[in-house]
Amino acid sequence: MQTREGRAPGFWPLAIVFGLFVAFMYGPMFVIFLLSFQGPEGGLTFPMRGFSLHWFRSLAAGLGTVDIGAAFLRSLMLGLVVMALTVLLSVPAGLAFRKKLRGGNALFYVTVASLVMPSIVVSLGIGLQFRLIDTGMKWLLGAVGAQDLLDNYGTALGLFSSALGAHLTWTLPFGLLTMFAVFNRFNPAYEEAARDLGATPWQGFVHVVLPLIAPPVIGVGMFGFTLSWDEIARTSQAIGDVNTLPLELQGLTSTVTTPAIYALGTVTTVVSFLVIGLAFGLGLLLRRRSRTVSP
Amino acid sequence: MTSRPIKPWWQAGPFAAVFLLFFIIPLALVVMVSFWDFNEYELLPGFTLKSYLSVFEGCSHLTETGDLCVTLSTYLSTLKFCLLVWGITLVLGFTVAYFLAFHVRSAGLQTALFILCTIPFWTSNVIRMISWVPMLGRNGVVNGALMGLGLVDQPVEWLLFSSFSVVLAFVHLYTMFMIVPIFNSMMRIDRSLLEAASDAGASAWQTLWAVIVPLCKSGILIGSIFVVTIVMGDFVTIGTMGGQQIASVGKIIQVQTSYLQFPLAAANAVVLLVTVLMIIWGLTRVVDIRKEL
Repeated sequence: MQTREGRAPGFWPLAIVFGLFVAFMYGPMFVIFLLSFQGPEGGLTFPMRGFSLHWFRSLAAGLGTVDIGAAFLRSLMLGLVVMALTVLLSVPAGLAFRKKLRGGNALFYVTVASLVMPSIVVSLGIGLQFRLIDTGMKWLLGAVGAQDLLDNYGTALGLFSSALGAHLTWTLPFGLLTMFAVFNRFNPAYEEAARDLGATPWQGFVHVVLPLIAPPVIGVGMFGFTLSWDEIARTSQAIGDVNTLPLELQGLTSTVTTPAIYALGTVTTVVSFLVIGLAFGLGLLLRRRSRTVSP
Repeated sequence: MTSRPIKPWWQAGPFAAVFLLFFIIPLALVVMVSFWDFNEYELLPGFTLKSYLSVFEGCSHLTETGDLCVTLSTYLSTLKFCLLVWGITLVLGFTVAYFLAFHVRSAGLQTALFILCTIPFWTSNVIRMISWVPMLGRNGVVNGALMGLGLVDQPVEWLLFSSFSVVLAFVHLYTMFMIVPIFNSMMRIDRSLLEAASDAGASAWQTLWAVIVPLCKSGILIGSIFVVTIVMGDFVTIGTMGGQQIASVGKIIQVQTSYLQFPLAAANAVVLLVTVLMIIWGLTRVVDIRKEL
């Protein structure tokens, strides 16, 4: 039928499908990237009328009533906190599952359930929870007669309370499942060797386990950040008075009718690429270092 | 009792606490509040089936014009999107994963092409959605090309803010959720099984159907669950790409919360949850996920 060196039957049709898929994924992105450099007279569609940074400048000057800079910072802060907590919570949880963990099965199923739960349901639940907390707090403050506090009490809903929780229900399952994959392939002989040499469990973890699992752990953190940076559905009902960048963006899609919105798209894309590039660089650096250390 | 069994819980405790606080309790509250009553400005604790009755109002019979009630027609429309998106992402995702796993032979090129596929995933979903506007609009790239080629005389109107653009955006956003798990399970297939099939005289198609597809079941299932739950609960994509004209279950819940009709929204959320769980249950009947993992 065919020689060993020849392409398997179906290679070229499949290669064409793959090529078209890649074009389909990148095409629209490339179009808005291009259109964000539209000239001052240009609109939301082709043809390009000149080539300028006009829309980036108008973006920097602000888009109407929405403070994009503040939303940007909020999303960045939230993303970084989510990233840190995703790593700080899923790595120990992954370690715990390697031992006999009573109720571990239930915890695993809850984690998976959180992953496949429609986001709007989680979002509604958290929003509801914090509204009931508000009602309870107001009743409590009224009952103890703290009138000043009651007058100043706004809401418990917020970026680092309800929204943070909503994001973690989305990032932690990915973190735990990644840790499962990591520890499935992990050779416990290294830990035993450390223990035999007299290392405490903590020393064994910091000096032996952590360097070995560092690249995927960075991956978990990076994934946590990007999931949070982009999250809308779980944040929508659970954020309160302020908005994250994706929520503001979503609102802007219907009100802003200039290429400034494409400029904004280009800027946010560049930010996520920078974050991922940084994480990748760090991961490569660590891998190279661990390779030079181990024989 | 020794202190041994407690120790792992010091490690898993904070992780578990997050899910208790932000997942278990909120879900329980959704179920509880779905039985509450409400007026213009506050929730009234109690037990009433009012919200559920209002969700299914008029669903016992067809209306005078022969239409279904709002809830059923919304679910049917959402299910239609779900089925279409699932079918397309499955075929497309499987094909791409198959090409990467079995036709790209160098491991380096395989990784590079895989990363190439994941890069668009790093861009904001909203940006990826609005990037279809200059493509599909009246004066967009696609209409320009069609008119330039002389295929149509005037711009095609149904490209944007239609069911078509909704499905297209879903496929664009979520095919990766199919590719990753299917590619993973394909990479775990022992290559000698394929040689054995070919030695036994199986054609490429026979190998695909009798060996590869059954061994990729877990990947297909995981990808399918992702796509189904995302599309069923979505309100952002359907809203933005449908020009706010197409109803969806998620949209109903979102609108009701914005009017502070929490018991109604909660009842809708419970119905949605039950529907999604039934679909997932049906999928797991076909594939035993625990056996496959």
